[in-house]
Amino acid sequence: MYKLLQIELYKIFRRPRTYIAFLAITALVGVIQLGLVKNGDDYVNFVMGNVMQSFSFDGKLLNGYLVCYILLQLLLVHVPLLIALVAADMISGEANMGTLRLMLTKPISRTQFLLAKFTASAIYTFMLLVWIAFLALFVSMFLFGVDDMVIQKTNYLVQLPVGDVFWRYVGAFGFALLSMLSVAALGFFLSNFAENSIGPIVATMSVIIFFTILSTMSIPLFQKIQPYLFTTYMVNWKEFFDPKVNADNAVIVGSLQHPDRIIQSALILVLHIVGFVGATMVLFKKKDILS
Amino acid sequence: MQSVIKVSNLTKQFKGLTAVNDLSFSVNKGDVYGFLGQNGAGKSTTIRMLLTLIAPTSGEIELFGMNIKTHRSEILRQVGAVVEKPDVYKYLSAYENVALFAKLSGVKVTDKLVMDQLAMVGLASRAKDTVKTFSQGMKQRLGIGIALVHNPQLIILDEPTNGLDPQGIADIRNLILSLSKEMGKTIVVSSHLLSEIEQVASRLLIIDKGKKLVEGNAHELFDPAQTIVEIETTDNLFALQQLQQSRWQSMLQPQRSHSILLKLHRNQIPSLHKNLVEMDVQVISLQPRHNLEDFFLQITSNNQHVQAFTN
Repeated sequence: MYKLLQIELYKIFRRPRTYIAFLAITALVGVIQLGLVKNGDDYVNFVMGNVMQSFSFDGKLLNGYLVCYILLQLLLVHVPLLIALVAADMISGEANMGTLRLMLTKPISRTQFLLAKFTASAIYTFMLLVWIAFLALFVSMFLFGVDDMVIQKTNYLVQLPVGDVFWRYVGAFGFALLSMLSVAALGFFLSNFAENSIGPIVATMSVIIFFTILSTMSIPLFQKIQPYLFTTYMVNWKEFFDPKVNADNAVIVGSLQHPDRIIQSALILVLHIVGFVGATMVLFKKKDILS
Repeated sequence: MQSVIKVSNLTKQFKGLTAVNDLSFSVNKGDVYGFLGQNGAGKSTTIRMLLTLIAPTSGEIELFGMNIKTHRSEILRQVGAVVEKPDVYKYLSAYENVALFAKLSGVKVTDKLVMDQLAMVGLASRAKDTVKTFSQGMKQRLGIGIALVHNPQLIILDEPTNGLDPQGIADIRNLILSLSKEMGKTIVVSSHLLSEIEQVASRLLIIDKGKKLVEGNAHELFDPAQTIVEIETTDNLFALQQLQQSRWQSMLQPQRSHSILLKLHRNQIPSLHKNLVEMDVQVISLQPRHNLEDFFLQITSNNQHVQAFTN
């Protein structure tokens, strides 16, 4: 199994397509950071204009932590598309190249083959998130410094003390990994049904876009089905930035307002991952390789 | 004789279409086993079932005395195969492809092993080049190199000369003969071209529409004395009338639109030619046919002959 995993990773990282995602993330984060370096204060004034009329802030409102939060809100909608490029290609790409039949005439079981492939996709997803974390969090911390993090929620304002932010990012990125793995699992599942890469990549993107729209629109009809869409739970990384407050409305350091929501969402995402990968295995084990 | 492959009553159906129909055959150790049939006859489906790429609808497959369902990994460790096109990773080099598949086959990969394998198929000088720069013939040779890298006892080659030029075809033929004679490998080679198979096969199986037509030793099956002769004349209708009234009448075969077919002994060809001239038939060409289509004509027009080999 370890040998197979090594081979799968070798194949992923020898393909030029793999690096599109890393380059796209680098370019996107770089451009946004450049914009914020140049005109960041204007941007903050624009976004938090109403709040700034009522409150006065000491310190750096635009700091590395806030920049990372802004970046994550933008990126975590688009990263699934980049993950689909690799995950949805895992089986269909082999079928398209004709290498699937050669692989499966080797003394490896189909279960091992699929597990190695999905694990390789998961490692790719993890590396992409590590890269995002490096650029969005660490580079932003370097460029903009750190201070208390002020976030405007729908009905209230959250001010997280500087010492209470980093662990929340660790949690948020961990949760984002689960979200992205569920996208990878969906791509992997759809990859089983096609003999070229384009179909499953487009299908994965379409499902994610369609479900995300349904998950985010506050229309009563959509709200009824939102609990059944896994995309509804993918954005719950934001719960890590919603702390409990005491009687004086001050943040209780190290607390979470809704840890139950995080746990429930994580479990639902894990179930989706297991479901998609399990279904792929059941179908693939019975599949006639005709490509 | 030790049986390497034993197939019993193998059937495969795809949504109502029977691709392989109650097929049984066996391949002995050391055989070069020719697997013949026209395109769509069921050769590739059978080969894919031997390699577990396709699950049979019914029937049993044993390789090396073990059931393929229960001993898949043990069996595939001893098998090397090229199924239809020799597709490999085009973005990797020849060296990387051989090393990757050697590793998958459970072989300890060394530089010497990979380079020896590439040298055997004449690709050592292109070891570091990516496969996307290779010609079809080079890909075919690389595919065979990969199939042989773990020194398998059984080699299955599905249409190995597809898309090759005459030199490439000759190279593959020589490689098959060398693997069989010098290394004692058991080889199953499928093709729709009789001319290819007859030069290498010691035993063969012919299938059509998924069913076995003939199985037997090649030298017995290809009776060099009997042949189909195709005649083309300036007036085929006149020629046919003349032949129907002559001693050649019993040798006439089902006719084609542009030619006349006769089944006869090779020694009779000069006499036929002489008679045609005497009958004032103007012959454009007269040639013995030697392809699978005509061989099918031969075997299906002679049930006794088929029966002898089928039994």
